[in-house]
Amino acid sequence: MSLDFDSARMANPNLREEHHEWRRQLRKFIDTEIMPYAEDWDEACHIPIELWPKAAAVGLLGLGYPEEFGGVREGIDSWHMWIANEELARIGVGGIPASLMVHGIGLPPVINWGSQALKEMVAPPVLSGAKHIALGITEPGGGSDVAQLATTAVRDGDHYIVNGSKTYITGGMRANWVSTAVRTGGEGAKGVSMLLIPTDAEGFSRTQLDKKQGWWASDTATLYFDNVRVPVENLIGEENQGFLVIMTNFNGERMGMAVSMEASGRVCLEEAAEWARERKTFGKRLADHQVIRHKIVQMKQKLNATQAYIRMCFESLEAGNANPGDIALLKVQASETMEFCAREAMQILGGIGYMRGSRVERIYREVRVNAIGGGSEEIMRDLAARQYGL
Amino acid sequence: MKVLVAVKRVVDYNVKVRAKADGTDVDLNNVKMSINPFCEIAVEEAVRLKEAGVATEVIAVSVGEKSCQEQIRTALALGADRGIQVETDGKVEPLVIAKLLKAVVDKEQPQLVILGKQSIDGDNNQTGQMLGALANMGQGTFASEIAVEGDKVNVIREIDGGLQTVSLSLPAIVTTDLRLNEPRYASLPNIMKAKKKQLDVYTPDDLGVAVTSHITQIKVEAPAERKAGITVKDVEELVDKLKNEAKIIS
Ligand SMILES: Cc1cc2nc3c(=O)[nH]c(=O)nc-3n(C[C@H](O)[C@H](O)[C@H](O)COP(=O)(O)OP(=O)(O)OC[C@H]3O[C@@H](n4cnc5c(N)ncnc54)[C@H](O)[C@@H]3O)c2cc1C
Ligand SMILES: Cc1cc2nc3c(=O)[nH]c(=O)nc-3n(C[C@H](O)[C@H](O)[C@H](O)COP(=O)(O)OP(=O)(O)OC[C@H]3O[C@@H](n4cnc5c(N)ncnc54)[C@H](O)[C@@H]3O)c2cc1C
Repeated sequence: MSLDFDSARMANPNLREEHHEWRRQLRKFIDTEIMPYAEDWDEACHIPIELWPKAAAVGLLGLGYPEEFGGVREGIDSWHMWIANEELARIGVGGIPASLMVHGIGLPPVINWGSQALKEMVAPPVLSGAKHIALGITEPGGGSDVAQLATTAVRDGDHYIVNGSKTYITGGMRANWVSTAVRTGGEGAKGVSMLLIPTDAEGFSRTQLDKKQGWWASDTATLYFDNVRVPVENLIGEENQGFLVIMTNFNGERMGMAVSMEASGRVCLEEAAEWARERKTFGKRLADHQVIRHKIVQMKQKLNATQAYIRMCFESLEAGNANPGDIALLKVQASETMEFCAREAMQILGGIGYMRGSRVERIYREVRVNAIGGGSEEIMRDLAARQYGL
Repeated sequence: MKVLVAVKRVVDYNVKVRAKADGTDVDLNNVKMSINPFCEIAVEEAVRLKEAGVATEVIAVSVGEKSCQEQIRTALALGADRGIQVETDGKVEPLVIAKLLKAVVDKEQPQLVILGKQSIDGDNNQTGQMLGALANMGQGTFASEIAVEGDKVNVIREIDGGLQTVSLSLPAIVTTDLRLNEPRYASLPNIMKAKKKQLDVYTPDDLGVAVTSHITQIKVEAPAERKAGITVKDVEELVDKLKNEAKIIS
């Protein structure tokens, strides 16, 4: 079948045998350890905690992190990352990668900006799947305008005293630590710091946000800080330099999201094409009605464009000359493509698509979190306009 | 104890194979290739013997074109220590493969050789047995359990009537059946390490074996398509048709 998940992926000349091997082995892991249970976990809004050590053993959690903390970085490049995010999206249950891989946004601030002691404390247990970390930026008062955040950290001897709250935090119910954006200085971006807050500290509490449109398997939380005392050694990077830490985190997150959105769109294509070949109306296959044929190839057209764009961005990241404006717009390209593919696939499936229990129906409900989280479409366009000097 | 494992590159078991339009062979153009599933089981068993402290070194050997190095790397990622490729061109018959493996056995002197019971391309089910004869070693084919005890290996074999246990003096040949084990997935760190493991390449000339051919393939064609079924009204009609049309019950 030429429009299945694999056939609809255009060739990438950057891939070497070890990349193909990584895909083979990872797919085997996912097909054995995740696929058979994925839908049940989503319906139950819960992923068994044993999945993390298993994902660590296959190399998924450690992907791209330094060997000294139990990761695997030597010889690893963007193409390994692409494959990992793509294969995880193929599950068709977005809440699973969102939660399983949330250290992908929580840990880099510590790895890239934290002290050696902080890294040694946090990275090994997170990468082995024994402990968990989350990223806390968004607040009830707003997520897009990061520079206006209101959670405060006031210095008191060798501690900060933290007050405020964070919301929509992925992995927040499970996290042992949260890389948290706090206000340590004056107004605006220049008063923001990143602080690693342990969730067993006194004055910390959390509640689960368990009624979401999608991403059910993922635990999302609101976090409360009530005079939480955090040692100053937990500062990530320099005081009042947190904005830089947050911004450098975003490129990786956006690339990962773009990859997973394209792959989710490809799942929709696969399911829609298969259905259109089987289903007959008015005496012929759906695939033989021109309206439906065109829908399907339009999905493919947009997926092709997104794949090529992803590849171009990864190539420029590998070469060290990536343009953040291009990456921001890639995220928009990918969310629009995912939205289009989810819509058209649902339409082609007809009534059956509206029933729960298929990847398309789930992906349809997961479009918006991708179009809003990690930088919304509007914010991405704004960022790009600034980058392009408009 | 050294263990030699043979691995073969074959069309992936998920692929629906097609005959070439001219009927000369199976169409391998742009087809996904993998390690033969029975060979993967052989690698897993050898690696388990090493993990249990029974084996000291696991060597993966493959006979084939340069591309079969991919399957050797897979075996190395799964835990084999080093690889050997015997580089050949085009199709090679089981007897020649067995002769080449015999030459590798002479060179490496393994105590145990594990092979798949058959490969899912030709489904010949011959290589292990031929190697046993050529190397003058005892063989335990279709293994569903292996236990090494001193200078013997006990093999539980899957046979038509049930299970049979044979005790072989080492060195010996074992071929794997489906239930011997469930192969692991290679982790990313092991895939990366496999790139650096030793992989030696020999030609049949190096091993003093002539690649000859005794079989001519005349034609490859797809099996006839299954005809559409029919719906019967009730059990009586079904029984009637089975008796009088299909004539499979009386
Ligand atoms: C399931 C889920 C998981 C999440 N996980 C995390 C997490 O792990 N960590 C974390 O920190 N956050 C997380 N988020 C939060 C996410 O990053 C925010 O929802 C996002 O940044 C948008 O912020 P907001 O919801 O406050 O919307 P707002 O900022 O209030 O924006 C609302 C709308 O207005 C638009 N808008 C805002 N400003 C402008 C402007 N200047 N011009 C034009 N339009 C504008 C936005 O694009 C958006 O469409 C998660 C969200 C969800 C839904
Ligand atoms: C929640 C729910 C409640 C419902 N309630 C009722 C009810 O109370 N009573 C009832 O009788 N039905 C009900 N339906 C069924 C509904 O009317 C059908 O789902 C609808 O008519 C589409 O039929 P289908 O699902 O078989 O899709 P199909 O007929 O298989 O169509 C699939 C897709 O192909 C497209 N298509 C089909 N033919 C062509 C063509 N010739 N050219 C171009 N495109 C074509 C369709 O537009 C659709 O996008 C309900 C459905 C749902 C989801």
